[in-house]
Amino acid sequence: MPASGRLSRYGLRTFALGYLALLVMIPLGMIFYRAFEHGVGAAFDAVTTSDALHAFYLTIIVALIAIPLNTIFGVGCALLLVRTEFRGKALINAIIDLPFAISPVVIGLSLLLVYSETGWFGDWLNANGFQVIFALPGIVLATIFVTLPFVVREVVPVLHEIGDEQEQAARTLGANWWQTFWRITLPAIRWGVSYGVVIATARALGEFGAVAVVSGRIAGQTQTATIWISEAFSRYDFTGAYMGAVLLAVIAVSILVAMNVFKRKEA
Amino acid sequence: MSIIVEGATKRFGDFVAVDDVSITVPDGSLTALLGPSGSGKSTLLRIISGLETPDAGRILISGDDATGTPAQHRNVGFVFQHYAAFKHMTVHNNVAFGLKIRKRDKAEINQRVNELLALVHLDGLAERYPSQLSGGQRQRMALARALAVEPNVLLLDEPFGALDAQVRKELRAWLRRLHDEVHVTTVFVTHDQEEAMEVAEQIVVMNEGKVEQAGAPRELYEHPRSEFVMGFVGAVNRLGSLFVRPHDVEILQEPEPGADEAMIEHLVHLGFEVRVELVLGDGDGLWAQITQADAEALELDKGQIVWVRPSRARVFDDDDLGTRDGRPTTEELQAA
Repeated sequence: MPASGRLSRYGLRTFALGYLALLVMIPLGMIFYRAFEHGVGAAFDAVTTSDALHAFYLTIIVALIAIPLNTIFGVGCALLLVRTEFRGKALINAIIDLPFAISPVVIGLSLLLVYSETGWFGDWLNANGFQVIFALPGIVLATIFVTLPFVVREVVPVLHEIGDEQEQAARTLGANWWQTFWRITLPAIRWGVSYGVVIATARALGEFGAVAVVSGRIAGQTQTATIWISEAFSRYDFTGAYMGAVLLAVIAVSILVAMNVFKRKEA
Repeated sequence: MSIIVEGATKRFGDFVAVDDVSITVPDGSLTALLGPSGSGKSTLLRIISGLETPDAGRILISGDDATGTPAQHRNVGFVFQHYAAFKHMTVHNNVAFGLKIRKRDKAEINQRVNELLALVHLDGLAERYPSQLSGGQRQRMALARALAVEPNVLLLDEPFGALDAQVRKELRAWLRRLHDEVHVTTVFVTHDQEEAMEVAEQIVVMNEGKVEQAGAPRELYEHPRSEFVMGFVGAVNRLGSLFVRPHDVEILQEPEPGADEAMIEHLVHLGFEVRVELVLGDGDGLWAQITQADAEALELDKGQIVWVRPSRARVFDDDDLGTRDGRPTTEELQAA
């Protein structure tokens, strides 16, 4: 029946939109609204304190270290998983997915057990003057851990899809491994890599649990943006907390938009 | 340059893809590896290219042992069934790839690429991307790319397999002419006997990882050494222990010694020729292929009773592949 068909179609749309509105759009909209509740000036002042600026600076530095490392690891690991056969492949596959399955707080605690002063490597790290926990290296480690799967999981299906005939063709034409990778494989998987990088970056910027455990949350030193936001909130600095949240969202969305613009330009 | 494969064997797990194969491809020749899927023909080609390493045996290219040489240094041109076009590169850059790897200077590369594009009739499409080309054009681009590095040997793996019938026919004839111009030793893999017969100077028929027979197309057709080869390189009827080509079935209007009675079940007009489908007295089927003129002279009609006898037949001894040509003896015809 056309009438009931139309009804169910509209019913479904209303439900989907209502669901999204209640769970995503209204809460996010409220953050924007509350951030600017006391005017643009107040919002600007709230996130330009030295602690706030340092927190955003630290978040960006951590992402700039963690994401390139994860990208190199992710592409290499994907090549290993797709292009080679070896024992223990299933195990590696499972380990890569672990960060998806484990709560970030658990990840933070596990790093603490190994790298803190009383942890496994604690003595050696102390003796050689490295501080990992409550310092930048710990935050970077935690971020690498939680963002580990993203590039691998985006690149693996693309490698499967393109197959290895182009790579074989390059080899018969005289290209060595590196030339084949650089001129054939990498250009072919570039959009998979970019997409993996974008979502890994978004995840890195927004990471809270693991970093909260290993960073020590020292204002102006080891506070990242998300931790600063949570502290601002607990200090009743609502404008700061909301404006910080808005800034984080804007940074993440800009990266996504930038990638889409590049992609469209090329296509 | 000549290619010699000596006793090559390749296993994938328990499956023996290539089983102690030895072949010789003369310098400058055009050779087809013909066989059904799974016969090991593609694996053999990949062993020659260096993309696959044999478990046993040797590969000699131009007399030099190339067995341990990786594909990268073997200087072979390889053309894949699905083109393996570099999708992110223009046609020009696809063809130039091997020359850039060899660090030739720019002017030389451009000149060579233009020559090759003219050779494969793609001039004017240099700045296109592979996605903007038809299947036939992509395969010609892949061929130009393989030829650009002036390979010692050119290897094509089912090069026309992914193309439609019309394009495939054109490209066959074109490959034949191209080989006359370029004269590089060429080996191509196909499962299509017509393609092999039409293009190749030498055919190597493979089955279950082994070479059944190698020789000129005519030799294979006229003197097949096994039942498999006879059936694979042309149509065949089986009459008891006799194997008879449809062209070698004589149709007579009167009984004659050695001829069997048969009824015409169907007449299929194929243009110049007519396919006559017959049923013998014992219910076995048989078909003959004769010219339209002969069919008219015999006034053949559906349902008519005629007499048939093989003008030429072959017998294969399963044990030692013994064969014999010529007119069959009376006993054989009676047995049939």
